[in-house]
Amino acid sequence: MLQVRNATMRFGGLVAVNNASLDVKEGSITGLIGPNGAGKTTLFAVIAGFLKPTEGAISLYGKDITAEQPHKRAVSGIARTFQIVQPFAGLNVHENITVGAYLRHARPSDAVEKAREVAHQVGLEKDLEKSAASLTVAGRKRLELARALATEPKILLLDEVLAGLNPSEIRDIIPVIRSIRDSGVTILMIEHVMQAVMNLCEHVYVLAQGKMIAEGTPAAVCNDPAVIEAYLGKGSAERIARQSAENTGGPNA
Amino acid sequence: MIGRGYLPIILVTLVIALTPLVISSNSFFNFTVLVLIIALAAQGWNLLGGIGGQTSFGHAMFFGIGAYTASILQTHLGVNAWISLVAAIAAGALAGLIVGFLSFRAGLRGSYFALVTLAFAELLRVLANASELTGGAAGLLLKLDPGFANMQFSSRPTFMLLALAFVFVSLVITQKIVNSRFGAHLVAVRENEDAAKALGVDVLTVKLKAISLSGAMTAAAGVLYVQYFLYIDSGIAFGIWISIEALLAPMIGGRGMVLGPLIGAFTLHGLGEVTKSFAGRVPGIDLMVFAVVLIVVIAFASSGILGLIRKLADRFSSKGGA
Amino acid sequence: MFSPTIIIEAMINGLLTGAIYALVALGLTLVYGVLHIINFAHGATLAAAMFAVWGLNAAFGIDPYWAILIVTPVFFVLGYGVQRFVIGPAAHGDDGNILLITLGLSILIENALLAGFGSDTRSIPSDFSFSVVEAGPFLLSSARLVGAAGSLIVAVLFWLLMSRTDTGKAIRAVAREKLGANLVGINVGHIYAITFGLGCAALAVAASLLMPTFYVNPRIGGAFVNIAFTVVVLGGMGSIPGAMAGGLIIGMVESLSGLLLGESLGQIGIFIIFILVLLLRPTGLFGAKA
Repeated sequence: MLQVRNATMRFGGLVAVNNASLDVKEGSITGLIGPNGAGKTTLFAVIAGFLKPTEGAISLYGKDITAEQPHKRAVSGIARTFQIVQPFAGLNVHENITVGAYLRHARPSDAVEKAREVAHQVGLEKDLEKSAASLTVAGRKRLELARALATEPKILLLDEVLAGLNPSEIRDIIPVIRSIRDSGVTILMIEHVMQAVMNLCEHVYVLAQGKMIAEGTPAAVCNDPAVIEAYLGKGSAERIARQSAENTGGPNA
Repeated sequence: MIGRGYLPIILVTLVIALTPLVISSNSFFNFTVLVLIIALAAQGWNLLGGIGGQTSFGHAMFFGIGAYTASILQTHLGVNAWISLVAAIAAGALAGLIVGFLSFRAGLRGSYFALVTLAFAELLRVLANASELTGGAAGLLLKLDPGFANMQFSSRPTFMLLALAFVFVSLVITQKIVNSRFGAHLVAVRENEDAAKALGVDVLTVKLKAISLSGAMTAAAGVLYVQYFLYIDSGIAFGIWISIEALLAPMIGGRGMVLGPLIGAFTLHGLGEVTKSFAGRVPGIDLMVFAVVLIVVIAFASSGILGLIRKLADRFSSKGGA
Repeated sequence: MFSPTIIIEAMINGLLTGAIYALVALGLTLVYGVLHIINFAHGATLAAAMFAVWGLNAAFGIDPYWAILIVTPVFFVLGYGVQRFVIGPAAHGDDGNILLITLGLSILIENALLAGFGSDTRSIPSDFSFSVVEAGPFLLSSARLVGAAGSLIVAVLFWLLMSRTDTGKAIRAVAREKLGANLVGINVGHIYAITFGLGCAALAVAASLLMPTFYVNPRIGGAFVNIAFTVVVLGGMGSIPGAMAGGLIIGMVESLSGLLLGESLGQIGIFIIFILVLLLRPTGLFGAKA
C-alpha cells in the first residue's frame, strides 16, 4: 500500500538517505532497522511529508503523494510518532488525544469520545486527566501512540516507540502494537529493540548509511552478512561465520 | 441548558450591566468604558497570542485600522456609523489576513513575529501621521451628534452597556472557539507545531483564521474608542500603548483563558487608579506598576490571576475530597 | 534636484550616524547571538544611559566623553545584575517569557525616567556640539566624527575581546552549544549575565558619544530601538560584523530618504527595509542560511 521509490534526501553535501526504496504490504507490521545515523528517521520524515525528498517518490495506494503537505498526508491516512516524543505539554492526556481525534470527527463530543476509546486501547484510560508533562517515559510513548492512532490512520509510522522503556514495559506494549495491527492498521516501525522486531515484524528493511542494504524476514535479515557488517564493522560477518563453524565442529575442523 | 464555560461569562456580564443601578458616578463609567474597550482589544490579542501562542507586539495596527476606517467612512463619506462599524471589522480581519499571510508563510515565529507585528504598527503610525486621508498629525474629529443611528450616546451608562455588549459577544465567540475543533487545533499549534502537523492540523490555515478573527475583534475595539472619544490621531490609533495594553491584560488575567483579558484589564486599571490616588500626579507611575506586575506574574504565576484562582480551587477541592 | 555635493555630504553624514547606530545595535545583536533573546529594553536602557551622561554633566560638569569612564562600568554591572537576578530566574527558560519580561523592563525604565525627569527634552550645551571640520567641499560635524571613530574603536575592542580572551571564548562556546559549555565547566548563567552586561556597556559608550550632538527625553529609546532592530535584522541576528555593516547601511538610507522624502516619511524607508528583510530573508544579508 505504501511505496517509497528511490528516495534520496540531501542536506547540503550530506546524503542522509540514498536512493532507498521500500514497500509496505497492507495489514503487515514492517520493520525498518539499521545502525545509528543510518537515516531511518530522515526516511520517516520524508514519508510523513516533513521533508521534501531531493529525489524519488512516495505513493499511498498507488497515488503519488510526494508533493503533499504533512497535514494532507495525515488526512490521506499516514500517521507518525516522533522518536523524541512531542506531547502538547500544557494539555492533559485526554486533550492531547482529542486533537488527533478531531481529524475524523468535527463534533467535539464525538472527538472526545473517540479519544477516550483510543486511550483505552493503549492503556491510558486511568491517566486521562493527568497533565501530559507529568507522564513517565512509558506513559509519554503510549500517548504518542494514542494521538497518532486517534487520527484513524491506514498506516502508522512508529519511530522507536520502545526506546527508553524497561523490559517489562516493552513486554506490556508489544501486545498493544499487535492489537493495533489486528484492528486493521498497517504498521511501519523503526526499532532498535531486536526482541520486538523478531517478535512483531513479518518483513524487515535494513538501512545503513542511507542505503537500503537488505530486506526479508527478520530471521533471514539477521543472518545476512551485509547486515552483520553494517552493524559490527567490515570483516565481522566472515569472522562470526568462522567462529560458529569452529564451535560447531564444521567441515574445516 | 447553558454550554460549557458560558455561565461565568453571563455572570460577569450581568454584574457589570447592573452597576448603573447602584453607581451613578461619571468617572466610574469613564473608567469602565475604557477598561471594556481595552478588554475587547485584548480579547483579540488573546485569541492569537494567548490561545494560539503567536505573541504580537503590534495589535495597535488592528485597533488603528478599526478606528480610522470608522472615522474616515463617517467624516469623509458620510457613511452610517453602524455600517462603518461592519466595514471596520472587515478591514481588521483583512489586515490580519494580509499580515498573517506574509509573516506566517515566511515562517516567522516567536520574537521574529513579535518584531514584524511591531514594525507593521509603527509603519502605519508614520503613514497615518503623514497622510491627508487620516487628517495627518492633527487627527480626525467625529461630529458630535448623539443618537442611536450615529452610535453616539450622551449618557455614559448607555455607552458602557454598548461596550459591554461588544465584550459579551467577544467572550461568547472566544468560548465557542475554545470548545470547538478550531480551538483545539489552535492550542495544538501553540503547544507544538510539528506534532500538530502530524495529526493533520493545517497549521498555516489555523494561524490565518486566528489572526483574522483577532484583527476583527481588536478593530471593533478601535471603533468603540472613536465612537466614545470622537477623536483619533496616529499616536492613539497606532501607538505602542494599545499594543501593550492588549498584551498586558491577558497576561495578567490569564493568557489563553476566555475571561483572562477582561479580568486582567479591570485588575490593571483598578491598580492604576489606586496607584494614581496614592502617588498623585507622578507621570507614568501607573505604567511602572503594570510593568512590575507583568514581570512578577511571569516569574511566579505564568497563567495569571485566573490560573492562580484555578490552582487554589484545585488544591482546596482535592483537600476537601481527601 | 540636489547637487552631488549635497548628496555626497548626506551620504557621509549618514555613514557617521550609521556608525553610532551600529554601536547601539552591537549590544542587541551580541545578546541575541548568545542568549537567543531579543532584548526589548534595549532602547529604554539607552535612554537611561543618556540621562546618566546628561546628569553627570548637569550635576558635576563632567564632559560627556569623560563620562564614558563612569557610565560604562556602571551599566555593565547593572546589565549583569538584571540578567542574573531578574530576567534569568523569572523567565523559567522560556523564550516567550524573556521577550515579555524585557518588554516589562522597557516600560518600567521608560516610565521611571518620565517620573524622575519629566517629559522635557534635555541636551548638553557646548561649543563642541557645533564645531565642524572642513574636508574639501564638505562640512562635517566634529562630534559626529568623534562618535564614528569611537564606535569603530569599540567594535574593534569587542572583536578583540571575543577572539582573544578566555571570557570571549567562553561566550562563543555558550552561544554555540549551551549544554556542552555547561558540561566543560562554564557557568552559563554567569556568561549570560556578562554578555548582557557587555550589551549594556556598549549602550553606555553609545550614549556618551551621542550626547554632544543629540538630545534626550524618556521616549528617545523608541526611536533608536526601531533602528537598532532593523540594523540587527539586516545584518543577521547575532552577527557583530553584520551589525556594523547594517548600521552603516541604515544610517545612509535614513540620511538619503530624509533628504529626498522629508523627515517624517524618511522613517518609512527603515520600516519597509525591516519588514522586507524579516519576511524575505530573516537570517539577514550577512547571516548564514537557517
